[in-house]
Amino acid sequence: MTTPRGSGATLAEKILARSGGLERAVPGQIVEGRVDLAMMHEQGAQTVAPFHQMGATRVWDPDRVVIAIDHWVPASTEGAAVLHRILRKFAEEVDLRHFYDVGRHGICHQILAEDGWVVPGDLAVGTDSHTNMLGAMGAVATGIGPTEMAAVLALGRLWLKVPPTISVRVKGRFGPGVTAKDLVLRILGEVRTTGAQYRAVEFAGPTVERLSMPERFTICNMTTEMGAKTGMVAPDATTAEFLAPIAKHPMRPLLPDPDATYERTVEVDVDGMPPMVACPYSPDNVRPLPEVAREHVRIDQAFLGSCTNARIEDLREGAALMRGRKVARGVRFIVSPASTKIYEQCLKEGIVEVFTEAGAVFTNSSCSACFGGNMGILAPEEACASSSNRNFPGRMGAKEARIYLMSPAAVVASAVEGEVADPRALA
Amino acid sequence: MQTVLEGRVWTLGRDVDTDQIISGKYLTILDPNELKKHVFEIALPEFAAGARAGDLIVAGENFGSGSSREHAPQAMRAIGVGAVVADSFARIFFRNAINLGIPAIEAPGVRAIFTQGDTGRVDLGAGRVTNLTSGASVAFPPLPHHLLELLEAGGLVEKVRRELAATAAAPGPARAGP
Repeated sequence: MTTPRGSGATLAEKILARSGGLERAVPGQIVEGRVDLAMMHEQGAQTVAPFHQMGATRVWDPDRVVIAIDHWVPASTEGAAVLHRILRKFAEEVDLRHFYDVGRHGICHQILAEDGWVVPGDLAVGTDSHTNMLGAMGAVATGIGPTEMAAVLALGRLWLKVPPTISVRVKGRFGPGVTAKDLVLRILGEVRTTGAQYRAVEFAGPTVERLSMPERFTICNMTTEMGAKTGMVAPDATTAEFLAPIAKHPMRPLLPDPDATYERTVEVDVDGMPPMVACPYSPDNVRPLPEVAREHVRIDQAFLGSCTNARIEDLREGAALMRGRKVARGVRFIVSPASTKIYEQCLKEGIVEVFTEAGAVFTNSSCSACFGGNMGILAPEEACASSSNRNFPGRMGAKEARIYLMSPAAVVASAVEGEVADPRALA
Repeated sequence: MQTVLEGRVWTLGRDVDTDQIISGKYLTILDPNELKKHVFEIALPEFAAGARAGDLIVAGENFGSGSSREHAPQAMRAIGVGAVVADSFARIFFRNAINLGIPAIEAPGVRAIFTQGDTGRVDLGAGRVTNLTSGASVAFPPLPHHLLELLEAGGLVEKVRRELAATAAAPGPARAGP
C-alpha cells in the first residue's frame, strides 16, 4: 500500500537532520551526522591500524565509546586472544574507559541496552550489523565496518544517506505461545531480505505500543535481516521508564510527524497468528511453525541465545517450559544468556538449574553458537532449532547444516521433542 | 584512480551473504593475505585459488548481506579485485568496499548479462557495465560525488588522513574537544 504523501518527517529523518545540524533531511540526502555513541566488539581490533594510519592520536569523545567483547569470550583461540589484546592496549592508549572485559562482558547490543548507552534521539553506530537493535530506543542505530569506525573515532561523525522509511503497523494481540519473535519473522516473510534495503523501518500501531522494551529489541534486531539501515520504535512512556534509571546521557526524544511521508506501509494483524519459523537457508523463508512441526524435522542441537532472544524475559519463559521436562536424547541444548548481568539473574532465580537439570548446557554470556566461530558448531547434515537471527549456509558451521529460527519457547519445545516443535503443543 | 576497469568476470548468484564470503571461523584472522585464501569458500570455492588482480565480480541481488565484517572486502582487496558489480548490495558491504577503495557498483540487471569467465568492462565515468564477450551492456547511475572522492583518495583512511593533516596545519581556533 502506498501512503499518501505528507509534508511531515519520519523519525529517522528528524534524527538525521538534527545530528547533521539541519532543519530538515529528506530521503536520498547525504548528511554528515554527529555520532552520539560508538560501539565496538572484537572487530574493533581492525579499527586500530586504520585509526593510526589516518594520523589520529585521540578519540573525539572517549565517554561516547563503548567496547564490549562478545564473540569469543573468554578467548577460545589464539587469534581471538590477539584481538582482545589489541583492543585492551588501544583502550589504554586512547583512554577508552568503557570497556566491558571478560567478567562483566555481554553481547555488545545487550550491553548498550541494559546500561542505557543509547537514548531517544541518538545516532548510534557499532561494528556489528545488529546494531539496528538499539533503534528500539527511538534512535537511529546502525552497523558500520571497522575502517569506518576508525574515522568515527577520529572525527565523531560519518556520512549517511537519509533513508526512505517503511512504516510497519501492527495491530491485534498475541495468542498464547506467540511472541515478538514470531511477529518479526512474520514481517520478514513479507518484507523479505531485500525489502528494506537502505531503508529505515519504523514500527508502530497498538501492538507495538504494548510491547515491552525487550520485545522491541527483538523486532528491531531483525530489521538487519530485512536489509534495513535501522529499525526503530518511537519513544514513549515504556522507553522513558526503561531508561530513566540507567540513561548514560540526556534523552532528547524526537517523534515522527503525524503526516510523515512513508515509502510504504506494511499492515500486520497478529490476531490468530500462529508461532512462526524461518527455514533454511534464509531468514525470510518463513512458514507457520505448526505446519513445519507436522513434518517432524529432527534436530541435533537447540540454541537459546543471541542478541535477538537471550534476555532475562526470554530465559524465564524458556525455563518455565523446561521445568520438569528433559532435553530429548540425541539433542544438545545450549543456553547462553545475553549478558553477565542476565547470567547472574538466572543464577538468583534458579533458571540455570532448571536448564542444567534438564540436560542443557548453560554457558557464560557470549554470541555463543550464533555465528559458527566459537562453540556449538554444526556438522554437515545436522539441524538446529535456534532463537538467533540468521540461518544462511555455513552460519553455524558446516554449509550444509540446517538452522530453523524461532522463538525461545519454540526452541525449548524443540529441544524437548527432538524435532521442530510448536510450544503450544508441548505435552 | 582508473575510471575504466576491464577484467575477467566471476559470477555469483543472489543473496550471497558475508558468511558465504568469509565464514565465521576465519574472523580472528587479521592478515588480509591469509584471509584471501578463504574468500568465497562457501559461495564459489574455486575463486580463492583462481582469482587474480584486476578480476571483476558480478553478483545478483543483495550481495554482501549479513554481518558487518570487513574481512569480506579486505580479502577482495588483497586479491586486487577491480570492482564488484551487483544487481543490488547490502548496505554495510557497500560502505565497507568503498571505504577500502574498491568500486562497488549497483547496476540492476547486470547479473543477467554475464556468465562465468566472460570479460567485462566497468566505466565509472560513463556509468556503464559492458560484457566484452557478448556485447551486452547495462547502464548504472554514476556514484555520487562524495563516493567518487573517496575512491579517488584510495579509500577512507587516506581521505581522513588528509582531512586531519589539513586541520592540524590550519591556523585559527583549536579543534573542539574536552
